Amino acid sequence: MASVKEKLQIIHDPKRPTIDDYVNTLFDNFIELHGDRAYGEDSAICAGIATFAGMPVTVIGHRKGKTTEQNISANFGMPHPEGYRKALRLAHQAEKFGRPVICFVDTPGAFCGVGAEERGQGEAIAKCLYDFMALRTPVVSIVTGEGGSGGALALAVADRVLMLENALYSVISPRGCASILWKDASREIEAAECLKITAQDLYNFGMIEGIIPENSIMKNVKKALTFVLRELNLQNDIDEMLQKRYDKFRKIGVFQEINQI
Amino acid sequence: MLIDLFQKTRDSSMRMKGEEEKKPTKVCKGCGAELKALTFGKNLYVCPVCGRYSRLLARTRIRFTADTDSFHELFNGLKTLNPLEFEGYTEKVRELVKKTGMNDAVVTGVCTIGGIQTCLGVMDSHFMMASMGSVVGEKLTRLFEYATEHELPVVLFTCSGGARMQEGMFSLLQMAKVSGAVRRHSDAGLLYITVLTDPTTGGVTASYASLGDIILAEPHTTIGFAGRRVIEGTIGEKLPDDFQTSEFLRDHGFCDKIVPRNQMKQTLTALLSMHQNSAKGKKGR
Ligand SMILES: [Zn+2]
Repeated sequence: MASVKEKLQIIHDPKRPTIDDYVNTLFDNFIELHGDRAYGEDSAICAGIATFAGMPVTVIGHRKGKTTEQNISANFGMPHPEGYRKALRLAHQAEKFGRPVICFVDTPGAFCGVGAEERGQGEAIAKCLYDFMALRTPVVSIVTGEGGSGGALALAVADRVLMLENALYSVISPRGCASILWKDASREIEAAECLKITAQDLYNFGMIEGIIPENSIMKNVKKALTFVLRELNLQNDIDEMLQKRYDKFRKIGVFQEINQI
Repeated sequence: MLIDLFQKTRDSSMRMKGEEEKKPTKVCKGCGAELKALTFGKNLYVCPVCGRYSRLLARTRIRFTADTDSFHELFNGLKTLNPLEFEGYTEKVRELVKKTGMNDAVVTGVCTIGGIQTCLGVMDSHFMMASMGSVVGEKLTRLFEYATEHELPVVLFTCSGGARMQEGMFSLLQMAKVSGAVRRHSDAGLLYITVLTDPTTGGVTASYASLGDIILAEPHTTIGFAGRRVIEGTIGEKLPDDFQTSEFLRDHGFCDKIVPRNQMKQTLTALLSMHQNSAKGKKGR
Protein backbone atom coordinates (compact mmCIF):
# COMPACT_ATOMS: atom_id res chain seq x y z
CA MET A 1 0.00 0.00 0.00
CA ALA A 2 1.18 3.51 -0.78
CA SER A 3 2.58 5.55 2.12
CA VAL A 4 1.00 8.89 3.08
CA LYS A 5 3.87 10.61 1.33
CA GLU A 6 3.17 8.67 -1.87
CA LYS A 7 -0.55 9.30 -1.56
CA LEU A 8 0.10 13.05 -1.34
CA GLN A 9 1.98 12.80 -4.63
CA ILE A 10 -0.59 10.53 -6.27
CA ILE A 11 -3.54 12.80 -5.54
CA HIS A 12 -1.68 15.84 -6.84
CA ASP A 13 -0.68 14.15 -10.09
CA PRO A 14 -2.00 16.36 -12.92
CA LYS A 15 -3.09 13.21 -14.74
CA ARG A 16 -5.40 12.10 -11.93
CA PRO A 17 -9.06 12.03 -13.04
CA THR A 18 -11.06 15.19 -12.36
CA ILE A 19 -14.80 15.79 -12.09
CA ASP A 20 -14.92 16.34 -15.87
CA ASP A 21 -13.42 12.89 -16.42
CA TYR A 22 -15.90 11.23 -14.08
CA VAL A 23 -18.82 13.04 -15.64
CA ASN A 24 -17.79 12.14 -19.19
CA THR A 25 -16.88 8.53 -18.49
CA LEU A 26 -19.45 7.34 -15.97
CA PHE A 27 -22.53 9.30 -16.94
CA ASP A 28 -24.57 9.90 -20.07
CA ASN A 29 -26.24 13.09 -21.23
CA PHE A 30 -24.55 15.32 -18.65
CA ILE A 31 -25.95 18.83 -18.73
CA GLU A 32 -24.04 21.30 -16.59
CA LEU A 33 -26.16 23.86 -14.77
CA HIS A 34 -24.75 27.15 -13.58
CA GLY A 35 -25.22 29.75 -10.86
CA ASP A 36 -26.66 30.06 -7.38
CA ARG A 37 -29.57 32.33 -8.50
CA ALA A 38 -28.45 34.87 -5.92
CA TYR A 39 -24.99 36.16 -6.64
CA GLY A 40 -23.17 34.36 -9.42
CA GLU A 41 -21.53 31.34 -10.95
CA ASP A 42 -18.58 29.57 -9.37
CA SER A 43 -16.70 27.27 -11.68
CA ALA A 44 -14.90 25.66 -8.72
CA ILE A 45 -18.08 23.60 -8.40
CA CYS A 46 -19.27 21.55 -11.35
CA ALA A 47 -22.90 20.53 -11.10
CA GLY A 48 -25.66 19.28 -13.33
CA ILE A 49 -28.03 16.53 -14.35
CA ALA A 50 -27.07 13.29 -16.08
CA THR A 51 -28.11 9.68 -16.32
CA PHE A 52 -26.27 6.86 -14.64
CA ALA A 53 -27.12 3.47 -16.15
CA GLY A 54 -30.28 5.05 -17.48
CA MET A 55 -31.32 6.62 -14.17
CA PRO A 56 -31.49 10.43 -13.86
CA VAL A 57 -29.12 11.72 -11.18
CA THR A 58 -27.73 15.04 -10.01
CA VAL A 59 -23.93 15.24 -10.02
CA ILE A 60 -22.03 17.79 -7.93
CA GLY A 61 -18.28 18.02 -7.52
CA HIS A 62 -15.30 20.21 -6.85
CA ARG A 63 -13.56 21.06 -10.09
CA LYS A 64 -9.84 20.90 -10.64
CA GLY A 65 -8.15 21.23 -13.99
CA LYS A 66 -5.33 19.40 -15.71
CA THR A 67 -3.58 22.52 -16.99
CA THR A 68 -2.64 25.71 -15.14
CA GLU A 69 -5.13 27.59 -17.26
CA GLN A 70 -7.97 25.23 -16.34
CA ASN A 71 -6.93 25.31 -12.70
CA ILE A 72 -6.95 29.09 -12.58
CA SER A 73 -10.41 29.17 -14.12
CA ALA A 74 -11.65 26.65 -11.51
CA ASN A 75 -9.78 28.43 -8.71
CA PHE A 76 -7.90 25.17 -8.04
CA GLY A 77 -11.06 23.54 -6.76
CA MET A 78 -11.57 26.06 -3.96
CA PRO A 79 -15.20 27.22 -4.00
CA HIS A 80 -16.62 30.57 -2.99
CA PRO A 81 -19.94 30.75 -1.12
CA GLU A 82 -21.87 30.93 -4.41
CA GLY A 83 -20.37 27.56 -5.35
CA TYR A 84 -21.79 25.94 -2.22
CA ARG A 85 -25.10 27.71 -2.75
CA LYS A 86 -25.26 26.41 -6.31
CA ALA A 87 -24.55 22.90 -4.99
CA LEU A 88 -27.35 23.23 -2.49
CA ARG A 89 -29.76 24.67 -5.03
CA LEU A 90 -29.22 21.66 -7.27
CA ALA A 91 -29.42 19.26 -4.32
CA HIS A 92 -32.87 20.67 -3.53
CA GLN A 93 -33.82 20.36 -7.17
CA ALA A 94 -32.80 16.69 -7.02
CA GLU A 95 -34.90 16.29 -3.88
CA LYS A 96 -37.93 17.78 -5.65
CA PHE A 97 -37.63 15.41 -8.59
CA GLY A 98 -36.60 12.38 -6.58
CA ARG A 99 -33.15 12.01 -8.13
CA PRO A 100 -30.20 10.67 -6.16
CA VAL A 101 -27.35 13.13 -5.60
CA ILE A 102 -23.80 11.98 -6.35
CA CYS A 103 -20.99 14.17 -5.03
CA PHE A 104 -17.33 14.04 -6.01
CA VAL A 105 -15.05 15.60 -3.41
CA ASP A 106 -11.63 16.94 -4.39
CA THR A 107 -10.64 20.28 -2.89
CA PRO A 108 -7.81 21.82 -0.90
CA GLY A 109 -10.60 23.59 1.01
CA ALA A 110 -13.11 26.40 0.70
CA PHE A 111 -11.48 29.55 -0.66
CA CYS A 112 -10.01 31.95 1.90
CA GLY A 113 -10.44 35.46 0.56
CA VAL A 114 -12.08 38.83 1.03
CA GLY A 115 -15.07 38.15 -1.25
CA ALA A 116 -15.62 34.74 0.31
CA GLU A 117 -15.86 36.32 3.76
CA GLU A 118 -18.06 39.18 2.55
CA ARG A 119 -20.50 36.71 1.02
CA GLY A 120 -20.60 34.39 4.03
CA GLN A 121 -18.35 31.39 3.41
CA GLY A 122 -19.13 30.10 6.89
CA GLU A 123 -22.88 30.39 6.40
CA ALA A 124 -22.73 28.76 2.97
CA ILE A 125 -20.92 25.67 4.28
CA ALA A 126 -23.08 25.50 7.41
CA LYS A 127 -26.22 25.54 5.27
CA CYS A 128 -24.89 22.61 3.22
CA LEU A 129 -24.36 20.51 6.36
CA TYR A 130 -27.77 21.51 7.69
CA ASP A 131 -29.70 20.81 4.49
CA PHE A 132 -27.85 17.72 3.26
CA MET A 133 -28.53 16.11 6.64
CA ALA A 134 -32.26 16.37 5.93
CA LEU A 135 -32.31 16.05 2.13
CA ARG A 136 -35.11 13.65 1.26
CA THR A 137 -33.33 11.82 -1.52
CA PRO A 138 -30.35 9.43 -1.47
CA VAL A 139 -26.93 11.09 -1.34
CA VAL A 140 -23.64 9.38 -2.20
CA SER A 141 -20.32 11.12 -1.79
CA ILE A 142 -16.96 9.93 -3.13
CA VAL A 143 -13.71 11.55 -1.99
CA THR A 144 -11.56 11.15 -5.08
CA GLY A 145 -8.48 13.19 -4.18
CA GLU A 146 -8.11 15.88 -1.53
CA GLY A 147 -10.79 16.10 1.12
CA GLY A 148 -9.90 19.52 2.47
CA SER A 149 -11.70 20.30 5.73
CA GLY A 150 -15.07 22.07 5.88
CA GLY A 151 -14.94 22.83 2.18
CA ALA A 152 -14.98 19.08 1.52
CA LEU A 153 -17.44 18.17 4.29
CA ALA A 154 -20.01 20.52 2.72
CA LEU A 155 -20.38 17.91 -0.07
CA ALA A 156 -19.90 14.85 2.14
CA VAL A 157 -22.93 14.68 4.42
CA ALA A 158 -24.26 11.61 2.66
CA ASP A 159 -25.89 8.20 3.13
CA ARG A 160 -22.75 6.60 1.77
CA VAL A 161 -19.32 8.22 1.91
CA LEU A 162 -16.69 6.35 -0.10
CA MET A 163 -13.05 7.13 -0.69
CA LEU A 164 -10.66 6.18 -3.43
CA GLU A 165 -7.80 4.06 -2.13
CA ASN A 166 -5.29 6.92 -2.21
CA ALA A 167 -7.61 9.80 -1.36
CA LEU A 168 -7.03 11.82 1.80
CA TYR A 169 -9.59 13.58 3.98
CA SER A 170 -8.44 15.91 6.72
CA VAL A 171 -9.57 18.58 9.15
CA ILE A 172 -6.59 20.74 8.20
CA SER A 173 -4.01 20.55 5.42
CA PRO A 174 -0.93 18.67 6.65
CA ARG A 175 1.08 21.75 5.69
CA GLY A 176 -1.11 24.02 7.77
CA CYS A 177 -0.96 21.61 10.68
CA ALA A 178 2.83 21.46 10.56
CA SER A 179 3.19 25.22 10.48
CA ILE A 180 0.86 25.67 13.45
CA LEU A 181 2.30 22.79 15.45
CA TRP A 182 6.01 23.07 14.75
CA LYS A 183 6.17 26.45 12.95
CA ASP A 184 7.62 24.48 10.05
CA ALA A 185 5.49 23.77 6.98
CA SER A 186 8.16 21.49 5.53
CA ARG A 187 7.27 18.84 8.11
CA GLU A 188 4.11 18.21 6.09
CA ILE A 189 4.58 14.44 5.78
CA GLU A 190 5.05 14.01 9.52
CA ALA A 191 1.87 16.01 10.17
CA ALA A 192 -0.04 13.98 7.58
CA GLU A 193 0.95 10.81 9.42
CA CYS A 194 -0.10 12.18 12.84
CA LEU A 195 -3.47 13.38 11.53
CA LYS A 196 -4.51 9.91 10.27
CA ILE A 197 -6.14 11.04 7.05
CA THR A 198 -5.98 8.06 4.70
CA ALA A 199 -9.00 6.16 3.42
CA GLN A 200 -7.83 3.19 5.48
CA ASP A 201 -7.67 5.31 8.67
CA LEU A 202 -11.13 6.74 8.11
CA TYR A 203 -12.59 3.34 7.34
CA ASN A 204 -11.16 1.98 10.59
CA PHE A 205 -12.66 4.93 12.47
CA GLY A 206 -16.08 4.09 11.02
CA MET A 207 -16.28 7.44 9.22
CA ILE A 208 -16.68 6.08 5.69
CA GLU A 209 -18.53 3.09 4.27
CA GLY A 210 -16.04 1.87 1.71
CA ILE A 211 -12.71 2.16 -0.07
CA ILE A 212 -12.56 2.01 -3.87
CA PRO A 213 -9.42 0.32 -5.24
CA GLU A 214 -7.46 2.28 -7.81
CA ASN A 215 -6.26 -0.52 -10.08
CA SER A 216 -8.93 0.70 -12.48
CA ILE A 217 -10.46 3.89 -11.13
CA MET A 218 -13.35 4.43 -13.57
CA LYS A 219 -14.42 0.79 -13.65
CA ASN A 220 -14.33 0.50 -9.87
CA VAL A 221 -16.11 3.80 -9.22
CA LYS A 222 -18.85 2.70 -11.60
CA LYS A 223 -19.16 -0.62 -9.83
CA ALA A 224 -19.26 1.04 -6.40
CA LEU A 225 -21.86 3.59 -7.51
CA THR A 226 -24.04 0.89 -9.05
CA PHE A 227 -23.89 -1.08 -5.83
CA VAL A 228 -24.64 1.74 -3.37
CA LEU A 229 -27.35 3.30 -5.54
CA ARG A 230 -29.11 -0.06 -5.76
CA GLU A 231 -28.86 -0.41 -1.98
CA LEU A 232 -30.25 3.07 -1.41
CA ASN A 233 -33.00 2.79 -4.02
CA LEU A 234 -34.25 -0.36 -2.33
CA GLN A 235 -34.87 1.75 0.73
CA ASN A 236 -38.46 2.92 0.33
CA ASP A 237 -38.79 4.62 3.67
CA ILE A 238 -37.11 8.03 3.41
CA ASP A 239 -37.56 8.78 7.11
CA GLU A 240 -35.67 5.61 7.93
CA MET A 241 -32.92 6.57 5.50
CA LEU A 242 -32.63 10.01 7.12
CA GLN A 243 -32.52 8.46 10.57
CA LYS A 244 -29.63 6.24 9.47
CA ARG A 245 -27.85 9.23 7.90
CA TYR A 246 -28.22 11.14 11.17
CA ASP A 247 -27.10 8.20 13.31
CA LYS A 248 -24.03 7.68 11.18
CA PHE A 249 -22.69 11.13 12.04
CA ARG A 250 -24.24 11.14 15.50
CA LYS A 251 -22.05 8.30 16.72
CA ILE A 252 -18.74 9.95 15.75
CA GLY A 253 -16.61 11.21 18.62
CA VAL A 254 -14.23 9.79 21.19
CA PHE A 255 -14.66 10.73 24.84
CA GLN A 256 -14.95 9.26 28.29
CA GLU A 257 -18.19 9.40 30.21
CA ILE A 258 -17.87 9.76 33.98
CA ASN A 259 -21.25 10.60 35.48
CA GLN A 260 -24.05 10.94 33.02
CA ILE A 261 -26.92 13.04 34.27
CA MET B 1 -41.21 22.61 36.97
CA LEU B 2 -38.85 20.87 34.62
CA ILE B 3 -35.68 21.76 36.45
CA ASP B 4 -36.99 20.08 39.61
CA LEU B 5 -36.48 16.81 37.78
CA PHE B 6 -32.75 17.23 38.05
CA GLN B 7 -30.90 16.42 41.15
CA LYS B 8 -28.45 19.11 42.13
CA THR B 9 -25.16 17.92 40.78
CA ARG B 10 -21.70 19.20 41.10
CA ASP B 11 -21.62 22.11 38.77
CA SER B 12 -18.29 22.33 37.01
CA SER B 13 -18.83 25.81 35.69
CA MET B 14 -19.48 27.15 39.15
CA ARG B 15 -16.56 25.37 40.74
CA MET B 16 -13.84 27.29 39.05
CA LYS B 17 -12.47 30.51 40.33
CA GLY B 18 -12.95 33.13 37.68
CA GLU B 19 -9.84 34.82 36.46
CA GLU B 20 -11.75 38.05 36.74
CA GLU B 21 -12.27 37.68 40.47
CA LYS B 22 -8.79 36.59 41.43
CA LYS B 23 -6.95 39.88 41.24
CA PRO B 24 -7.97 43.15 42.92
CA THR B 25 -7.05 45.17 39.83
CA LYS B 26 -6.97 44.42 36.14
CA VAL B 27 -5.27 46.20 33.28
CA CYS B 28 -7.43 46.78 30.21
CA LYS B 29 -5.86 45.10 27.20
CA GLY B 30 -7.29 47.80 24.98
CA CYS B 31 -6.13 51.06 26.58
CA GLY B 32 -3.92 49.98 29.49
CA ALA B 33 -6.15 51.62 32.11
CA GLU B 34 -5.87 50.07 35.56
CA LEU B 35 -9.33 49.05 36.70
CA LYS B 36 -10.63 47.93 40.06
CA ALA B 37 -11.85 44.35 39.62
CA LEU B 38 -15.09 45.13 41.42
CA THR B 39 -15.86 48.15 39.23
CA PHE B 40 -14.84 46.24 36.13
CA GLY B 41 -17.13 43.36 37.11
CA LYS B 42 -20.03 45.72 37.74
CA ASN B 43 -19.45 47.08 34.25
CA LEU B 44 -19.78 43.49 32.89
CA TYR B 45 -16.05 43.42 32.05
CA VAL B 46 -16.41 46.19 29.52
CA CYS B 47 -13.67 48.81 29.98
CA PRO B 48 -15.28 52.07 31.20
CA VAL B 49 -12.43 54.03 29.60
CA CYS B 50 -12.15 52.65 26.06
CA GLY B 51 -15.19 50.37 25.82
CA ARG B 52 -13.20 47.19 25.08
CA TYR B 53 -15.03 43.95 25.77
CA SER B 54 -13.11 41.37 27.80
CA ARG B 55 -13.60 37.73 26.89
CA LEU B 56 -15.71 36.09 29.58
CA LEU B 57 -15.35 32.81 31.38
CA ALA B 58 -18.32 30.55 30.72
CA ARG B 59 -19.40 30.76 34.36
CA THR B 60 -19.40 34.55 34.24
CA ARG B 61 -21.42 34.57 31.03
CA ILE B 62 -23.93 32.20 32.64
CA ARG B 63 -24.18 34.48 35.66
CA PHE B 64 -24.90 37.45 33.37
CA THR B 65 -27.46 35.50 31.33
CA ALA B 66 -29.38 32.99 33.43
CA ASP B 67 -31.77 34.03 36.20
CA THR B 68 -30.10 33.81 39.61
CA ASP B 69 -29.49 30.21 40.73
CA SER B 70 -31.53 28.84 37.85
CA PHE B 71 -28.71 27.20 35.89
CA HIS B 72 -28.45 23.43 36.14
CA GLU B 73 -25.51 21.99 34.29
CA LEU B 74 -26.06 19.01 31.98
CA PHE B 75 -23.63 16.55 30.37
CA ASN B 76 -20.69 17.60 32.53
CA GLY B 77 -19.47 14.02 32.83
CA LEU B 78 -17.81 13.98 29.43
CA LYS B 79 -14.03 13.94 29.39
CA THR B 80 -11.67 14.53 26.53
CA LEU B 81 -9.53 11.65 25.26
CA ASN B 82 -6.72 11.56 22.73
CA PRO B 83 -8.10 9.49 19.83
CA LEU B 84 -5.13 10.02 17.49
CA GLU B 85 -2.57 9.74 20.31
CA PHE B 86 -1.42 13.18 19.32
CA GLU B 87 1.79 14.17 21.00
CA GLY B 88 1.31 16.51 23.96
CA TYR B 89 -2.49 16.68 23.66
CA THR B 90 -3.31 14.62 26.76
CA GLU B 91 -0.98 16.77 28.88
CA LYS B 92 -2.33 20.00 27.44
CA VAL B 93 -5.91 19.02 28.19
CA ARG B 94 -5.03 17.83 31.69
CA GLU B 95 -3.33 21.13 32.43
CA LEU B 96 -6.30 23.17 31.17
CA VAL B 97 -8.82 21.08 33.10
CA LYS B 98 -6.86 21.90 36.22
CA LYS B 99 -6.50 25.57 35.37
CA THR B 100 -10.05 26.29 34.24
CA GLY B 101 -12.08 23.75 36.25
CA MET B 102 -13.92 22.81 33.05
CA ASN B 103 -13.68 19.43 31.28
CA ASP B 104 -13.52 21.09 27.87
CA ALA B 105 -14.44 24.29 26.07
CA VAL B 106 -18.23 24.39 26.47
CA VAL B 107 -20.64 24.46 29.40
CA THR B 108 -24.18 23.24 28.69
CA GLY B 109 -27.31 23.19 30.79
CA VAL B 110 -30.83 24.32 31.34
CA CYS B 111 -31.91 27.53 33.07
CA THR B 112 -34.48 30.26 33.02
CA ILE B 113 -33.86 33.55 31.25
CA GLY B 114 -36.38 36.19 32.23
CA GLY B 115 -38.40 33.34 33.72
CA ILE B 116 -38.45 31.34 30.47
CA GLN B 117 -37.10 27.78 30.44
CA THR B 118 -34.15 27.68 28.06
CA CYS B 119 -31.28 25.40 27.15
CA LEU B 120 -28.07 27.40 27.42
CA GLY B 121 -24.66 26.62 25.98
CA VAL B 122 -21.60 28.79 26.51
CA MET B 123 -18.26 28.26 24.83
CA ASP B 124 -15.16 29.43 26.66
CA SER B 125 -12.08 30.66 24.80
CA HIS B 126 -9.88 30.06 27.86
CA PHE B 127 -9.91 26.34 27.02
CA MET B 128 -7.74 25.79 23.91
CA MET B 129 -9.34 28.82 22.26
CA ALA B 130 -12.64 26.90 22.39
CA SER B 131 -11.61 24.70 19.51
CA MET B 132 -14.16 21.99 18.75
CA GLY B 133 -13.26 18.40 19.52
CA SER B 134 -15.42 15.39 20.32
CA VAL B 135 -16.51 16.62 23.75
CA VAL B 136 -17.64 20.05 22.52
CA GLY B 137 -19.50 18.42 19.62
CA GLU B 138 -21.11 15.76 21.79
CA LYS B 139 -22.23 18.17 24.52
CA LEU B 140 -23.80 20.55 22.01
CA THR B 141 -25.48 17.70 20.15
CA ARG B 142 -26.93 16.43 23.42
CA LEU B 143 -28.06 19.95 24.31
CA PHE B 144 -29.99 20.29 21.04
CA GLU B 145 -31.43 16.78 21.37
CA TYR B 146 -32.45 17.51 24.94
CA ALA B 147 -34.07 20.79 23.87
CA THR B 148 -35.93 19.02 21.06
CA GLU B 149 -37.20 16.32 23.40
CA HIS B 150 -38.35 18.85 26.02
CA GLU B 151 -39.55 21.44 23.48
CA LEU B 152 -37.22 24.14 24.72
CA PRO B 153 -35.46 26.99 22.94
CA VAL B 154 -31.66 27.04 22.78
CA VAL B 155 -29.45 30.05 23.40
CA LEU B 156 -25.84 29.44 22.44
CA PHE B 157 -22.93 31.81 23.03
CA THR B 158 -20.28 30.85 20.50
CA CYS B 159 -16.59 31.50 20.35
CA SER B 160 -13.95 29.30 18.81
CA GLY B 161 -10.63 29.20 17.08
CA GLY B 162 -12.13 26.48 14.87
CA ALA B 163 -11.52 22.78 14.69
CA ARG B 164 -9.47 20.88 17.27
CA MET B 165 -6.58 19.82 15.06
CA GLN B 166 -5.36 17.26 17.59
CA GLU B 167 -8.56 15.23 17.12
CA GLY B 168 -8.26 15.20 13.33
CA MET B 169 -11.34 13.98 11.49
CA PHE B 170 -13.18 13.36 14.75
CA SER B 171 -13.13 17.13 15.10
CA LEU B 172 -14.23 17.92 11.53
CA LEU B 173 -17.21 15.57 11.64
CA GLN B 174 -18.56 17.25 14.80
CA MET B 175 -19.59 20.07 12.45
CA ALA B 176 -21.99 17.74 10.66
CA LYS B 177 -23.11 16.08 13.88
CA VAL B 178 -24.08 19.30 15.68
CA SER B 179 -25.62 20.80 12.53
CA GLY B 180 -27.80 17.70 12.21
CA ALA B 181 -29.04 18.13 15.78
CA VAL B 182 -29.71 21.83 15.13
CA ARG B 183 -31.73 20.83 12.06
CA ARG B 184 -33.93 18.44 14.04
CA HIS B 185 -34.49 21.08 16.72
CA SER B 186 -35.51 23.54 14.02
CA ASP B 187 -37.79 21.03 12.28
CA ALA B 188 -39.61 20.66 15.60
CA GLY B 189 -40.48 24.35 15.34
CA LEU B 190 -38.21 25.42 18.15
CA LEU B 191 -36.18 28.60 18.53
CA TYR B 192 -32.39 28.74 18.36
CA ILE B 193 -30.65 32.01 19.14
CA THR B 194 -26.93 32.25 18.40
CA VAL B 195 -24.85 34.90 20.13
CA LEU B 196 -21.50 35.36 18.40
CA THR B 197 -18.75 36.40 20.79
CA ASP B 198 -15.07 37.07 20.33
CA PRO B 199 -13.65 35.21 18.42
CA THR B 200 -15.96 32.94 16.39
CA THR B 201 -14.06 31.43 13.47
CA GLY B 202 -13.36 28.38 11.33
CA GLY B 203 -15.43 25.24 11.65
CA VAL B 204 -17.76 26.71 14.27
CA THR B 205 -18.63 29.61 11.97
CA ALA B 206 -19.07 27.05 9.17
CA SER B 207 -21.60 25.07 11.20
CA TYR B 208 -23.88 25.81 14.15
CA ALA B 209 -22.77 29.42 14.74
CA SER B 210 -24.31 30.36 11.38
CA LEU B 211 -27.52 28.37 11.82
CA GLY B 212 -29.47 30.34 14.43
CA ASP B 213 -33.01 31.48 13.66
CA ILE B 214 -31.76 34.72 15.09
CA ILE B 215 -28.06 35.56 15.10
CA LEU B 216 -26.92 38.19 17.58
CA ALA B 217 -23.37 39.37 18.19
CA GLU B 218 -21.45 41.41 20.72
CA PRO B 219 -19.94 44.63 19.36
CA HIS B 220 -16.46 44.62 17.78
CA THR B 221 -16.00 40.85 17.89
CA THR B 222 -13.97 38.90 15.36
CA ILE B 223 -16.17 36.60 13.31
CA GLY B 224 -15.12 34.82 10.16
CA PHE B 225 -14.38 31.60 8.38
CA ALA B 226 -10.74 31.95 7.36
CA GLY B 227 -8.06 33.49 9.52
CA ARG B 228 -7.19 37.11 8.79
CA ARG B 229 -3.51 36.29 8.37
CA VAL B 230 -4.28 33.46 5.93
CA ILE B 231 -6.25 35.88 3.75
CA GLU B 232 -3.59 38.59 4.04
CA GLY B 233 -1.06 35.98 2.93
CA THR B 234 -3.20 35.07 -0.08
CA ILE B 235 -3.88 38.59 -1.29
CA GLY B 236 -0.54 40.03 -0.19
CA GLU B 237 -1.92 43.10 1.53
CA LYS B 238 -3.16 44.19 4.92
CA LEU B 239 -6.89 44.07 5.53
CA PRO B 240 -8.84 46.97 7.05
CA ASP B 241 -9.47 46.91 10.81
CA ASP B 242 -13.19 46.36 10.46
CA PHE B 243 -12.78 43.24 8.29
CA GLN B 244 -14.46 40.20 9.91
CA THR B 245 -15.99 42.18 12.77
CA SER B 246 -19.56 41.76 13.96
CA GLU B 247 -20.32 45.11 12.29
CA PHE B 248 -18.86 43.82 9.00
CA LEU B 249 -21.01 40.70 9.31
CA ARG B 250 -24.17 42.71 9.96
CA ASP B 251 -23.46 45.04 7.07
CA HIS B 252 -23.01 42.06 4.74
CA GLY B 253 -26.24 40.46 5.88
CA PHE B 254 -25.04 37.63 8.09
CA CYS B 255 -25.90 38.89 11.56
CA ASP B 256 -29.34 40.07 12.68
CA LYS B 257 -28.33 42.47 15.39
CA ILE B 258 -25.40 43.70 17.43
CA VAL B 259 -26.33 43.82 21.08
CA PRO B 260 -24.21 45.51 23.77
CA ARG B 261 -23.43 43.32 26.75
CA ASN B 262 -25.56 45.33 29.14
CA GLN B 263 -28.62 44.82 26.91
CA MET B 264 -28.06 41.15 26.09
CA LYS B 265 -30.24 39.63 28.79
CA GLN B 266 -33.21 41.89 28.13
CA THR B 267 -32.89 41.31 24.38
CA LEU B 268 -32.79 37.53 24.86
CA THR B 269 -35.73 37.71 27.24
CA ALA B 270 -37.79 39.71 24.75
CA LEU B 271 -36.98 37.32 21.91
CA LEU B 272 -37.65 34.23 24.00
CA SER B 273 -40.94 35.58 25.25
CA MET B 274 -42.14 36.24 21.69
CA HIS B 275 -41.43 32.62 20.76
CA GLN B 276 -43.17 30.82 23.55
CA ASN B 277 -45.38 27.97 22.31
CA SER B 278 -43.51 27.91 19.01
CA ALA B 279 -43.40 24.09 18.97
CA LYS B 280 -47.17 23.94 19.41
CA GLY B 281 -47.59 26.29 16.48
CA LYS B 282 -45.60 23.93 14.31
CA LYS B 283 -47.63 20.90 15.36
CA GLY B 284 -50.89 22.66 14.62
CA ARG B 285 -49.88 23.28 11.01
ZN1 LIG C 1 -9.78 50.10 28.07
